[in-house]
Amino acid sequence: MSDVLLKAENLEVAFGGVKAADGVNLTLNKGEFVAIIGPNGSGKTTFLNLCTGYIRPVSGHVWLGDKEITRMAPRQIARRGIARAFQIPQLFTDHTVVENVMLAIASREGIWQALRPLDRREYRAEALELLELLNLRDHAETIAGTLPEGLRKLADVTVAMALRPQLLLLDEPTSGVSALERFPLMDTLMKAMKARGVTALFVEHDMEIVENYADRVVVWNAGTVMAEGAPAEVMKDPRVLENVVGVA
Amino acid sequence: MKRSALVTAAALLILALAPLALPFLQFVLTIAIAKGFAALGVALLLRAGLISLGHAMFYAIGAYAAAFMATTLGITDFALLIIGSTAISAFFGVLFGLFLVRYRAIFFAMLNLAVSMVIYALASKLYGITGGTDGLRVAVPTVFGMTLEKSSFDGLLYYTAIVLVALLGYLVHRYLKSPLGHALSAVHSNEVRLEYLGVSAWSTLLTAYGISAALAGVGGAIAALSIGHVLPEFAFWTESGHLVLTAVLGGIAGIAGPFLGSVFLEIVHTVAVGYAAEAWNMIVGIALLVVIFFLPRGLFGLFERLVGRKSTDGEPTL
Repeated sequence: MSDVLLKAENLEVAFGGVKAADGVNLTLNKGEFVAIIGPNGSGKTTFLNLCTGYIRPVSGHVWLGDKEITRMAPRQIARRGIARAFQIPQLFTDHTVVENVMLAIASREGIWQALRPLDRREYRAEALELLELLNLRDHAETIAGTLPEGLRKLADVTVAMALRPQLLLLDEPTSGVSALERFPLMDTLMKAMKARGVTALFVEHDMEIVENYADRVVVWNAGTVMAEGAPAEVMKDPRVLENVVGVA
Repeated sequence: MKRSALVTAAALLILALAPLALPFLQFVLTIAIAKGFAALGVALLLRAGLISLGHAMFYAIGAYAAAFMATTLGITDFALLIIGSTAISAFFGVLFGLFLVRYRAIFFAMLNLAVSMVIYALASKLYGITGGTDGLRVAVPTVFGMTLEKSSFDGLLYYTAIVLVALLGYLVHRYLKSPLGHALSAVHSNEVRLEYLGVSAWSTLLTAYGISAALAGVGGAIAALSIGHVLPEFAFWTESGHLVLTAVLGGIAGIAGPFLGSVFLEIVHTVAVGYAAEAWNMIVGIALLVVIFFLPRGLFGLFERLVGRKSTDGEPTL
C-alpha cells in the first residue's frame, strides 16, 4: 500500500501573465510534516488554494490518495479529507469557540439535521476534548471574534482538526503571533497533530520554526519547486540562501 | 428556558383572550399573525445577512394559491387550503431560490424585488386568470365538511392561526438551533469557512429560502381566508418593505420578534387610521427610530428582558 497521501503533477496556473505555479510536482507522504518556504508572491498560498479547490489549475492534476481532486469544489475536497487553517483565521465570529468546533463536527457527521440541536452532549464532549488538546478549553464559551490573534490561530486549527482530516494545510501558522508565543503555539499544534495522526503541510516564513518542526522543506521560487529535502541540508543550498533565506 | 416558555404561553393566552374583550381586534390580530409569518420568513434570511425586498410575492402566492384551489380546483376544506397554499409557496420559493440564493447583498435584495414585481405584474395583467386588479374572491371554506357562518369561521381561523404560531414557531426554533440553522447564520459571518467545512452555502440558503417562502405562504393563505379576497397589491414592493420593517422592528434574534413587530404595527395602524390618519407613517417612523436607538434587538429585546435572558452575545441583532 502506497504511503503517498498527496500528489501534485505539473500544476500550472497564472494570474495576469505571472505564473504562480509553473509545472509544480510535489508528493507528500502519510505522517509527514512538510514546510513550504519561499519569497512573497512565489506561489506558496496558491499551491494551498490549488490543493483545496479554491482556484483551479490551467493544467496538471492533484491526487489525494488514489482519488483525483483537481477540479473539485472546496467543500467536496474538505469532505474527502483535506482541512485548512488560514493565514487570517477564518472563524464564525458571532459564534462561541465551542460552537465553531461543534459546527465543524456536525459538518463532518452530516449537516442535514434540521430538528436536532447542534449543542448536543456527544458533539460538545468531542469539541471540548479537542479544545483541551489545543489548550483552548478555558476559552470554549468565548465569542470567537473576540479572541486575541494567537488564540484565533489555534481556534482556526481546532475547527479544521474537528473534521478529522487526513491532511491539514496550515498557511503561516505563526504569522501575526508575537515572538514569545511562536514556539508554544507550534508545540501545541505539533502535540495535537501527532496525537490525532494528522499529516500536515504548512507555509511558513520563519526559518527557526521550519528548522525546528518540519520533517522536510520544499523551497518555492517563482512558481516552481527550487529545492527540497531535510531542513538542515536545504538551508545549505547556495540557491536557497541567495534567493529565499535572504529575502524570506 | 422554562421561563421563556411560560412568557410565550402567557403571550399566546393574551392573544387568544384579546378578542373577547375587544372583538374588533380579532380581524386586526389575524392579519397581524398572517403578516407575522411572512416577516418571520424575512427574519430567517436576515440571519444569513440577506435582505429580501420581494418577499411579499410568497405572501401573495400563498393567498392566490388558496383562491385558485377554492375557485378552480374546487377544494373547499379549510385545512387543505392552508396546507396546499403553504406547499405551493414553498415550491415557488425553492424554484426562485435556485438562482436567487446565488447572489448576496444588494444584488439579492434587488433581484427579489424584481421577481416580486414580475409576480405583481402578472397578477395585475392576467385578468382572465387572476381577476386583474379586481383580484379574486375567496368563499368561506368548509371545516372538515361542515359549513360555517363567516363570523364563526373567522373565530376558528383566528384560533387556528394562534395554534400555527405556536407549532410552526417551535419548529422554526428547532431549525435555528440545529446544525443547519447555525450554518445559516454562519453564511453571514464566514461563508468561506463554511465551504471549507464541507458545507454548501448555496444548499443552506436554498433550504432557508424555501422555509421562508413556506412561512410567507402560510401567512398569505390566512390573510386570503380572513379577508375573503386577494389582490395583486399583496405582492407589491411596499408590502415587501413593510415585511422587512416588521422583522427589523420586532427583532430577528427570536421567533417572537416578527410577530411582536407585526402586532405592534397592525395595532398602531388601526388606531392611527381612526384617530390620526394623516400621521400614520410618521408614527411608524418614530417607533422605528425609538427601536433603533433604544432597543437594538428590536421589540424582542423587551421579551428577553421579561424572561431574564442573560448573555445575548453572538446572537443576531437588527
